[in-house]
Amino acid sequence: MFFLDIALGPVRIPLKSVVRIILSLPGEDNTWHYIVSQIRIPKACTAVIAGCGLSVSGLQMQTLFRNPLAEPSVLGVTAGASLGVAAIMLGGGSIVTLYTIRELGISGSWLITLAGCLGAAGVMLLVIMISRKVRDNIMMLIIGVMVSTATLSIISIWQYFSDAELIKDYLLWTFGSLGGVTGTQLYILGGVTLTGLILSFLSSKMLDALLLGDNYAQSMGVTIHRARVIIICSTSLLAGSITAFCGPIGFIGIAVPQIARSVFSTSSHRILIPACCLIGTALILLCDLIGQLPGSQTALPINIITALVGAPMVIWIILSKNKLSIYG
Amino acid sequence: MSDPQTLLTTHQLVAGYHVGGRSITIAGPLSVSMQAGQMICLLGPNGAGKSTLMRTLSGLQPALEGNIDILGDGGASLRSPGRLARKISLVLTDPIRHSNLSVYSLVALGRYPYSGWLGTLNEEDRRIITWAMEVTGIGTYAERKVGTLSDGERQKVMLARALAQDTPLMMLDEPTAHLDLPSRIQIMQLLHKLARTTQKAILLSTHELDLALQVADEVWLLQKAGGRLEKGVPEDLVLNGTFEAVFDKEGIHFDKDTGSFHIHAGNSKRIGLAGEGAAAFWTKRALQREGFEVTIQDQPSITAHKSSWTLTTASGGQSFTSMAALLQALRTSIISHEDIH
Repeated sequence: MFFLDIALGPVRIPLKSVVRIILSLPGEDNTWHYIVSQIRIPKACTAVIAGCGLSVSGLQMQTLFRNPLAEPSVLGVTAGASLGVAAIMLGGGSIVTLYTIRELGISGSWLITLAGCLGAAGVMLLVIMISRKVRDNIMMLIIGVMVSTATLSIISIWQYFSDAELIKDYLLWTFGSLGGVTGTQLYILGGVTLTGLILSFLSSKMLDALLLGDNYAQSMGVTIHRARVIIICSTSLLAGSITAFCGPIGFIGIAVPQIARSVFSTSSHRILIPACCLIGTALILLCDLIGQLPGSQTALPINIITALVGAPMVIWIILSKNKLSIYG
Repeated sequence: MSDPQTLLTTHQLVAGYHVGGRSITIAGPLSVSMQAGQMICLLGPNGAGKSTLMRTLSGLQPALEGNIDILGDGGASLRSPGRLARKISLVLTDPIRHSNLSVYSLVALGRYPYSGWLGTLNEEDRRIITWAMEVTGIGTYAERKVGTLSDGERQKVMLARALAQDTPLMMLDEPTAHLDLPSRIQIMQLLHKLARTTQKAILLSTHELDLALQVADEVWLLQKAGGRLEKGVPEDLVLNGTFEAVFDKEGIHFDKDTGSFHIHAGNSKRIGLAGEGAAAFWTKRALQREGFEVTIQDQPSITAHKSSWTLTTASGGQSFTSMAALLQALRTSIISHEDIH
């Protein structure tokens, strides 16, 4: 699937040539070489990173809140990142000239990335601070949703007072794109995501204990506040960075953990975390492939495809699994 | 503390919670202790604060005042969940929703305080898990999902998990709620046996007075008003009238002779009962349900035989072959008696 993603794209390149380029054999068209090594490989890598990061952060949220509908966006991570990006794109326009923004480019800009990360971290910090006062995880969920809604409405106000041109730029970002991450950015995104994943894997034992609820977890030796901070930190690392770089990609975070639980029929996070990485990667690559509409010269934004493909998939898996458990 | 068998001691402990800036006392101040091998039942009417006291003793919520000494640590382990987890294991009323968890992995979670960074289990862990599952009688469904279990089975699984945690103290909040009678008796017997064989100190809150009176080594009676706690060997509490004092409410009467509660409708009518064994016992129950105060000698009086009853009234004697017929006759005779007046 990884290979297919590289092989297919708006510009048609023969399979044989793609293989030759990947194996860095000489003698291929320079343009093709550029497209494959500078655009398609980074894009496929980003897809893998985003798939892993988003699905694992979704899994963590669902366990922490004991709610199968939880995902990174409910805690306001996505909203925070969006606010950061909006601040640069929309706010920047009124201070700096429109020209500067154009120069920076939509997703290639460092500034936007940084703002996105800061926005996500800011919201997370706020949520962590509130979480120290709250004992109940359901309360946390409600607070997260409130913070998220408030953040999004700030963005809406900002959009209301902005130029149409700027809004269009911002809207394009919200559609999500895997293609904007290149070079060093890819290394940074990869590094941050890997840190988040390791943190998450190390806390898998803690997550298992949390399956029984806070009280049981505490009676087994989990310090609830610390566990919460660790989980929220790794989630914001994962979801915050990916959202900043790729735009708010929805659905992966909510769908993949469900699929993983159904397919692997387990609740153990030691198995679920790698399983989420695997399924998340496969799903997002599949979505990207579909988005490129093989055979056509255009590509649809990833955010549209994830929900379109993911929703029926989840419904189908849940239904077929239910049948199994009834008749099995 | 000086006694090595004393596992937990509280000193002037006040349990309760904070609302706004005010603290609300639920129970206490109380000074109690738990000994190794002892099974203690915490009884009390609804709303007396059994759960709050339990949560405080198990470190889930801080005490308002006083201290709890666990294994002579002066209260230090209450501040560290990691250390406390090796001393107290819990069975709570919290619902378990994750149906995907297998019975074995749920019981294995009990090894959390001992297992490595990633929760990997060693030989010793597996041995204890297997033991816990055997003792609780759930060895045969290790691979079943928790979501497919009945209430009774699930409660045994939660008990096995607590056992796997291998702690000297166990606390169970209403472990027999929602269970049918055989399961309730099973769980209680199991806990009683465990306390004896493993020398654990077990504290459980329950509404099962009859069962608690049979299996408890000590009973803690929590009163609704004032949070006072009466403790003692169950038989002592029954004989000195403490049970009656705590539970007697309007229309309900604790019967010292049978150790059970009766609903009584004023007891304006008196009746005598003579007889022995099961026949007399069940006749008494039926008469009490009918609203009679049953005494040894009175008029009218009933003599209960193995399968027949004789009713003696001022106007003469009458024989019945079933309780239904006897009760029917009593009802009509009482009504006619009242009609005369």
